[in-house]
Amino acid sequence: MATEPIGQIGKDIHRSFGTLAIEPFGDLNMAYGPKIIDHYENPRNVGSFGTQAEIKQRKDVGVGLVGAPECGDVMQLQIKIDPATGKIADAKFKTFGCGSAIASSSLATEWLKGKSIDEAEAIKNTAIVEELALPPVKIHCSVLAEDAIHAAIEDYKKKNGIPTDAAEAAAKH
Amino acid sequence: MASPTPRLPIYLDHAATTPCDPRVVEAMLPYFTTKFGNPGSRNHQFGWDAEAGVETARAQVAKLLNCDEKEVIFTGGATEGNNLAIRGAALMYEKNPAGSGLTRGHIITCNIEHKAVLDPCKRLQKEGFEVTFLEPPRDGIVTADMVKAAMREDTILVTIMWANNEIGTINEIKKIGELCKGRDVIFHTDATQWVGKMPTDVYADNIDLLSFSGHKLYGPKGVGGLFVRRKKPRVRLTPLVDGGGQERGFRSGTLNVTGIVGLGKACEIAHQEMAADAVRLSRMRKRLEDTITSRLDTCAINGHREQRLPHITNISFGFVEGESLMMAIKEIACSSGSACTSASLEPSYVLKGIGVGDDLAHSSLRLSLGRWTTEEEIDYTAEKIIAAVNKLRALSPLYDMHKEGIDLSKVEWAHH
Ligand SMILES: Cc1ncc(COP(=O)(O)O)c(C=O)c1O
Ligand code: FES
Repeated sequence: MATEPIGQIGKDIHRSFGTLAIEPFGDLNMAYGPKIIDHYENPRNVGSFGTQAEIKQRKDVGVGLVGAPECGDVMQLQIKIDPATGKIADAKFKTFGCGSAIASSSLATEWLKGKSIDEAEAIKNTAIVEELALPPVKIHCSVLAEDAIHAAIEDYKKKNGIPTDAAEAAAKH
Repeated sequence: MASPTPRLPIYLDHAATTPCDPRVVEAMLPYFTTKFGNPGSRNHQFGWDAEAGVETARAQVAKLLNCDEKEVIFTGGATEGNNLAIRGAALMYEKNPAGSGLTRGHIITCNIEHKAVLDPCKRLQKEGFEVTFLEPPRDGIVTADMVKAAMREDTILVTIMWANNEIGTINEIKKIGELCKGRDVIFHTDATQWVGKMPTDVYADNIDLLSFSGHKLYGPKGVGGLFVRRKKPRVRLTPLVDGGGQERGFRSGTLNVTGIVGLGKACEIAHQEMAADAVRLSRMRKRLEDTITSRLDTCAINGHREQRLPHITNISFGFVEGESLMMAIKEIACSSGSACTSASLEPSYVLKGIGVGDDLAHSSLRLSLGRWTTEEEIDYTAEKIIAAVNKLRALSPLYDMHKEGIDLSKVEWAHH
């Protein structure tokens, strides 16, 4: 085995690193606001209402799957509708993507709970941007969340024979 | 057995830059204050002192490269060295002049070179040279056979890096050099990641031009060296900057004496310590890789497993995205091949170049160890990465699908 080549110099440089006042934490988060960090570190409502096969069958669940792996982001958002009230009883997400994408979808699930379909449809990505204080390069992550909400609602409507916006638009032609 | 928590953050980005060795800083200090002269001042003590410092450094660099002192040109770093070597050689050895309507000459390089090689080549392409960009296979290694197959009658220059900065793979430099020598083609290598880490012998390795940077081998930033062969053949270059004629006219401008002295000292230390460093770092890297790959499924080490530098590892983790991974391990300073395409940041062209899929290129980490990396830091890093990947996989719809046996390549994704 080679002799340790570090010796005193190694100790010295470690000591000098120590006195260089490198901020260990906090500052490392500088690129992100506290709300993004909070959602990223403690994501809300992570999960799924079943396997891919199961959620495809469930009529009370709407699934929105948007993005693509090669783009670096895939969001899966699910809403569960209470048939008695027609409101969103529960929401879950799973996201492959950057911290902002994770935070945006986590926040979306919080907002969706208790809302009617119409109220949910009205959620705008700009509200997410504002709430999380997303930097400009991260705005599209919130757009992805809005897309996922719409896709989930669309899926629910399709499963239940409710005319969707897309179907209406097609009918007008 | 839990290791003690090392001081944070942990620096594992030595392929980007290294801290200056304190011995280097110490050697430099007098040249800021008492020995501040211009080495071009030939008629007083201040000039002589500065010149002596520069010439000592030149000898130290020459010893590390095993060349003659006269063959060392000081530059502002590897970017400048690469530009001077590539552009300087192309203009000097062109087959047909600009504006003749004929090809000015053929250059061979490779598509996973550093931008400081690719971009000068692309500029020459616009100016009437033809360039072949070799595409190495999945192991990332450029072989002499690949270069041979691309050789033409009018090939004037081959520029292939010694070791890749992202995946650490080592190209067949000696054989490529031999091939070029046999055909009277100038051979340049960007040895920025190699010099000071692994033994270099420019004559035995058949190299005509070699560039490197001080800050990758525990020296200062903004200074580097270019080896320009003086015999068999005597390589000539068209300079990029004209002026006072310093550095044998290859690189005019008052010398960066402090930087040069630091570079020389760094080379001297490397010459003495790199062999032991390499053994220690490859042992630690193995520990890091073994821990991670034995405890996480679907992760892959990019590039050739053996033929690579001892201190760099590049690992892709399936089903997690690189930026969120970096965020989860923020107390570890390293590089990521990631970046969401929609944020108009491209995933690493090096990983793409060797055929790593976009999805895996998005989720790669480059960890590069250095002279003062400790075992505690390695253990801490391994644990941190394993925990982060597991956490993000629990969040990943792709990992769920994978576990349910869904082939992700067959899913119809809503591209945006
Ligand atoms: C292989 C390679 N070539 C060239 C360079 C450029 O070096 P510098 O920025 O010191 O000019 C680097 C460093 O980033 C490198 O890794
Ligand atoms: S999802 Fe693309 S950067 Fe956030």
